[in-house]
Amino acid sequence: MLLKYSAFLTATLLCLASSLSFAGAQVVSDSANKDSKGFTIAKEVQDRDSGWGDSHAKMEMILSNKQGQSSRRTMELKTLEVAGDGDKSLTVFHTPRDVQGTAFLSYSHALEADEQWLYLPALKRVKRISSANKSGPFLGSEFSFEDLSSFEVEKYTYEFIREDTLAGNRVFVVQYTPKYSHSGYTHLEVWIDQKEYLFRKIEFYDRKASHLKTLEFNEYKAFGKYWRAMEYKVSNHQTGKSTILNWQDYAFKTGLNDADFNKNALKRAR
Amino acid sequence: MKNVLLASYIIVFFSQFAVADNSFIHNVDVRGNTGSGVRGFTEYQKLQGSVFGEIEVHWQSESTNNSFTTTLFGRMDSLDSERTHADIREFMWLYYTDSWEIKAGIGKVFWGVTESAHRVDIINQTDSVETPDGEAKLGQPMINWSGIYHWGTVDAFVLPYFRERTLASIDSPLNIGLFISDAIYESDKKQEHTDYALRYSQTVGVWDLGLSYFKGTDRAPVLAPVVNSEGIQLVPYYLQIEQAGLEVQATLGSWLWKLEAIHQENNRRNYAALTAGFEYTLISIADSAKDLGLLVELHRDSRNGQADDPLQHDLFVGARLTFNDISDTAFLVGVIQDLTDSDSRLAFIEASRRMGDDWTVSLDGRMYLSETPENIIYGLRKADHITLEATYHF
Repeated sequence: MLLKYSAFLTATLLCLASSLSFAGAQVVSDSANKDSKGFTIAKEVQDRDSGWGDSHAKMEMILSNKQGQSSRRTMELKTLEVAGDGDKSLTVFHTPRDVQGTAFLSYSHALEADEQWLYLPALKRVKRISSANKSGPFLGSEFSFEDLSSFEVEKYTYEFIREDTLAGNRVFVVQYTPKYSHSGYTHLEVWIDQKEYLFRKIEFYDRKASHLKTLEFNEYKAFGKYWRAMEYKVSNHQTGKSTILNWQDYAFKTGLNDADFNKNALKRAR
Repeated sequence: MKNVLLASYIIVFFSQFAVADNSFIHNVDVRGNTGSGVRGFTEYQKLQGSVFGEIEVHWQSESTNNSFTTTLFGRMDSLDSERTHADIREFMWLYYTDSWEIKAGIGKVFWGVTESAHRVDIINQTDSVETPDGEAKLGQPMINWSGIYHWGTVDAFVLPYFRERTLASIDSPLNIGLFISDAIYESDKKQEHTDYALRYSQTVGVWDLGLSYFKGTDRAPVLAPVVNSEGIQLVPYYLQIEQAGLEVQATLGSWLWKLEAIHQENNRRNYAALTAGFEYTLISIADSAKDLGLLVELHRDSRNGQADDPLQHDLFVGARLTFNDISDTAFLVGVIQDLTDSDSRLAFIEASRRMGDDWTVSLDGRMYLSETPENIIYGLRKADHITLEATYHF
């Protein structure tokens, strides 16, 4: 009797447990279904763009306002891919001339705060700076720091919206919602190329969920199996300002290592 | 002079690379700035005009990890003969590997984390005639070895020659009204005294740490009025010191917590001093692109009223407004309030922006307020001034 009873109880408990877990799984997979397609696409974007090791490039930034006045900045960037974490990068500014030689070292992390240092050549001073200002403008441009930091899968939650066509390319439209609470955006709508899994366009929605700006990725070039847009164009719909980034002299696997991304390297950067 | 000898060694060393490197000219990079400034002393009704320039020539070997940098600076001033001066800011050879670096020549090194005082920073002498905030430094002859380990970075310095602090001449209201005589030294070797320094620095998560030790000639002179045949003169006296320094910064979101502390031993009066505070940044204030940084730093010196340093018991409160616009417009306003003599304080405003692509303009205003004759600020109470500078960068 005791045995029987206990067997019954066990069976009941098992049944209950499995039905619970089944129900649980259904809830998860229901939202994950939408989510999981978005997540899978985002993961594929990251997977296809991993293994590049390190890169070196020059960048020109052209800032324009509504009146058509423009200003130009140039810089050089070195990036080191870090497996299982955000990238390390070192940026040196060449123009405007008054900030020439100013350099920026960043260790980005998927979920923890990024570590960032600024080198001020006139004072020979290395300053650890706050990385909390992700939503602030980068060098007075329409890009914020968070737009230019590395896109780690862990930084967002995803929702697949639809398939679409953009300038003759088949795309997935996926909504990215930042997990970071101080992000300047409620969400991003990302147009991802169905063939190569690369970003074609991003629409940014501000904290009031209104359409703030659009970033277009143009002139893609393949470097081995890695694709890079040679032009980024961002237009702010609220201010009428725009910024164009032109990338030049891209090189991958140039032999950079951790030693090229420490404070001594930051002080040597020119 | 030792540094001339050192410099000639460096030239010989450098010239080997110059010959070996075919593309020598391609690896040379020249940059610099030139400009003009005018300073008005409001109470003296005096104007001080000046022109200045700095040129930096940098050579980087294409095939080896060698580089050489020369930076020359000069200023001509209408009022202060001591401010008409030139300096070799840098004349430095550098060789680096992934795990160590060596530098030899003349150069500049900065240590520290706080904004309103740089207590730990001791390698270079202050070029105090250049800027009243003490941020400008004279080139220091040195050999610096730097070892980079996973447990931190170690820097060792040999400093074979001493530079005297530049001090405003009697013609400038920034001089307290006394002729400056030749410096005297505790060490018989005077400027030829060889100083040594060692520093350990490391980053652990949110913490940036620095520990340092210095043995040699103090960069800050003791300024004593002496009556001699020429009347009353101010005599800069340079002590021999041993100084330990600590720098800590914790970077926690929008908060930067900072501490600099030193302990100095000399044959006159040992002391400890510290500066501690925070910088908090309010991002995108009022839905604009502007950031507002709030700065608070407390200064303390164990010598109290006997300290040569005006920051013996003071509180600095400041606000930095950064526009994040195309012109990089920025304002900094601040007050350093003496907490012992409540009528003594220094108030300042700094503003800067870019004009076009290659010009910057800056405005710097300072007010010295004191009614306590014993306070160091008192000597400068009539030296309030405002400086406007335009600089062309190339």
